[in-house]
Amino acid sequence: MSEIIKVGIADLKTCISPNAVMTLGLGSCVGIAIRDPMNKIGGLVHIMLPDSKAITVGQHNLAKFADTGIEELVKQMERLGARRARMVAKIAGGATMFNFKGGGTTTSVGQVGDRNAEAARAKLKELRIPILAQDTGANYGRTVVFYPETGEYHIRAVGRPEKTI
Amino acid sequence: MKDAILEQVTENYYDVLKEIGNIGAGNAMTALSQMLQCKVDMKVPQVRLLEFSEVGEMMGGEEQIMAGVFLGVEGDITGSMMFMVEENSARHLIQKITMGMLPEGQEFDEMGLSAMQEVGNIITGAYLNSLSTLTNLTVFPTPPAVTVDMAGAILSVPAIQFGIYGDKILLIQSQFYDEVKLDGYFILIPDLESYEKILTALGLSMTV
Repeated sequence: MSEIIKVGIADLKTCISPNAVMTLGLGSCVGIAIRDPMNKIGGLVHIMLPDSKAITVGQHNLAKFADTGIEELVKQMERLGARRARMVAKIAGGATMFNFKGGGTTTSVGQVGDRNAEAARAKLKELRIPILAQDTGANYGRTVVFYPETGEYHIRAVGRPEKTI
Repeated sequence: MKDAILEQVTENYYDVLKEIGNIGAGNAMTALSQMLQCKVDMKVPQVRLLEFSEVGEMMGGEEQIMAGVFLGVEGDITGSMMFMVEENSARHLIQKITMGMLPEGQEFDEMGLSAMQEVGNIITGAYLNSLSTLTNLTVFPTPPAVTVDMAGAILSVPAIQFGIYGDKILLIQSQFYDEVKLDGYFILIPDLESYEKILTALGLSMTV
């Protein structure tokens, strides 16, 4: 009896095999999946923005940012018995949903996907969690499911074959 | 104390955006009706302030396929704006605009998408016009970009913009009919500096 636990936008969830975690329709957001292969504890965080420190007012949701989101996910997994030293990660998302030729606001909006993916990689590096695989960038949305049992990260997109990284 | 003031301002701000949303959506439907050269009936638009997680649900799930038109806003007010319609509504609109020239099922090829872009351009243009008239500020839309994808993925773009200052998104849902029922959604995302300008222009003060 396994269950697939849904992770919303700016949200994070942990799980233990045979359960899995999923998030639907990642666009410019990034889904970071982390796993301890020894005890098969896993988790997924769906971040929206790269850096909590760049924003000063009224922010309480840790899962919204790459830096605080990944930190919190690791902490919650550790509480379940996972060990930081064994953790490995896979990341997906960070698409550029709209392509603009012009400048101004639209350009910075366009690049947020790349910046999110970059921030996720930087935070994982800082925590010394190796990235085993990634599927980021391009211009389409992704639905992802992560199975801590095998470490498989399944990625679905509109009009494309499903892939596993 | 500072938090309370911020909250107050934010509430004010959403009320203003609501009002602009109502009028803007009405104008947008008039423009659509002229473009399609037929009568388009519209229900009173629903203006809602939703948690990010609720938006996808409302549109029929995060994986619901939708067409989204996104453009920048420049002038006295800066920011961005999005118009979204559900897949079948988008196909229907594209067929109407191209007067049935596209074979069924090919609405989302290059020509269809460029027609969708034009629909989005006209609708959002009418919407922004009412914003400009109401505030007496200049508002220029930049050329739009269009995509067809999962609702959640398209929505991540405005959600990220709203995410910079909160956990909610202001959505204007307008249901309209020509022969069939169509659901369209508007999302206006002014930059933080612009909202003071909008409030001031409407005679509302930022300071409490």
